[in-house]
Amino acid sequence: MSVTAVERPAALARFSPGRVGAMLLRYLYLLRSSWPRTLELLYWPAIQMILWGFTSQFLMTNSSYVARAGGVLLAAVMLWDVMFRGQLGVSVSFLEELWSRNLGHLFVSPLRPYEWVLSLLAMSLVRVVIGVVPATLMAIPLYHYSIFTLGPPLIAFFALLLVMGWGLGLIIGALLLRHGLGAESLAWLAVFLLAPASAVYYPVSVLPVWLQYVAWTLPSAHVFEGMRAVMFQGVFRLDHFFAALALDVVYVAFGAVVFLYAFRQARQRGALLQTGE
Amino acid sequence: MDRVSHPAIQVSALTKHFGDTCAVDGIDFDVGGGVTAALLGGNGAGKTTTLSMLLGLLLPTAGRIRIFDEDMLRHRYRVLPRMNFSSPYVDLPHRLTVRQNLAVYGRLYGLAHVAQRIETLAADLQIGEFLDRQTGKLSAGQKTRVALAKALLNEPELLLLDEPTASLDPDTGDWVRSYLEVYQRRSGATILLASHNMGEVERLCSEVMMMRKGRIVDRGSPSALIERYGRDTLEQVFLDIARAGARFDPQAAAQ
Repeated sequence: MSVTAVERPAALARFSPGRVGAMLLRYLYLLRSSWPRTLELLYWPAIQMILWGFTSQFLMTNSSYVARAGGVLLAAVMLWDVMFRGQLGVSVSFLEELWSRNLGHLFVSPLRPYEWVLSLLAMSLVRVVIGVVPATLMAIPLYHYSIFTLGPPLIAFFALLLVMGWGLGLIIGALLLRHGLGAESLAWLAVFLLAPASAVYYPVSVLPVWLQYVAWTLPSAHVFEGMRAVMFQGVFRLDHFFAALALDVVYVAFGAVVFLYAFRQARQRGALLQTGE
Repeated sequence: MDRVSHPAIQVSALTKHFGDTCAVDGIDFDVGGGVTAALLGGNGAGKTTTLSMLLGLLLPTAGRIRIFDEDMLRHRYRVLPRMNFSSPYVDLPHRLTVRQNLAVYGRLYGLAHVAQRIETLAADLQIGEFLDRQTGKLSAGQKTRVALAKALLNEPELLLLDEPTASLDPDTGDWVRSYLEVYQRRSGATILLASHNMGEVERLCSEVMMMRKGRIVDRGSPSALIERYGRDTLEQVFLDIARAGARFDPQAAAQ
């Protein structure tokens, strides 16, 4: 038998959708292999929605703010979960490789780092859809609120928050590459540092002035202001949309650069073989 | 090109520092195409560090690596599809079944007929009965055969093995060595292994590079080394080198 008997026509391509698909398949196999993992995806968004649903029902009769737009808190909690799940989707898939000490095998294959990043982003979208869509559907019979009443702007809000989550996920991935599993808790907690300034449940104007400056550097603050504009005034604020879009580009580009830099540094330190449990 | 005579691996002045520690200290070596060679040395001699640099997992501080005439620091993606690697210290994902792991890696290597290739390897390596079992639930011997299957998925022209029979019972170890011999004869592949197992090296390798403190302190065929040091086995040669002082002199060791 000749050593060239195995065909490898796509192996030399600079970018291969097949390799991205292979990594996506790897994460889907993993998800399918454990029903508690799938349940975990559904669990927290559903619990959040139930808690905030009852809170909204109570505030509807006790708060003029909530009474003006009954679903404002529910919409906020669901959209916040899009960003959180988007970040977590990247970070957890990344962590799977550290937990299984698989980086050594992956990066002696023709897989390029940016193909791996793309598979992490694609898997994040899958995890967000699995986690958030059932919770949004549950809210319809339980609280007579459908987030889909936001109309086409919902697509923009969803995409903008998901992409911000990706940017954060890549930055956290870089920290994990640098510090190993000692930084694992960042994957679960880091996004909540941004929650106060994201003005998820209240307008940016209630924040102290200095924190308002911080808020306007976050795509999420623009999205939640935009969401309230749709719900209270019935207008889609293009200024917030374009600000969030521009900031998203910065976040994802920064995240990708930091991640690829950390990857190269990991090759300098030999961390691709050593990082694990 | 004559693969048997032309070097598959060319390493010159290869150096790796981790902070103040020099793990590999300016080594030079070639491995001819179709040859099975070994890096031999004690713990911390620099074998795994050298293999990691050959694989591109670790960037050298200085020096040059050429594999199949390609500069690995600049064009590693031209070479990676033609090589593969196995180590007992780098796991395959535990929760995926053997078949799923091989399917993922088959796609990463761009194989045209992944399922067919897995069936062929399953028959060759006798892993068919546990193809659908989770990889983490296999015995050490089964895991080694699965790791070998992953390493052979793309029929590599260069196979790098880090302690290929570590922690295996003698029977399984012998089986793996026999398989590697058959694969090498059948494919004409180049194999470079790092090992502590002298019997394995004597049996498989026609060239040995003895490493100590990041340097190649001697090299040659197992029989030539044994003769040069006036010893009966490669293990005795290894002990001479491992226990020698910082400045190693093979002629003095032989006396």
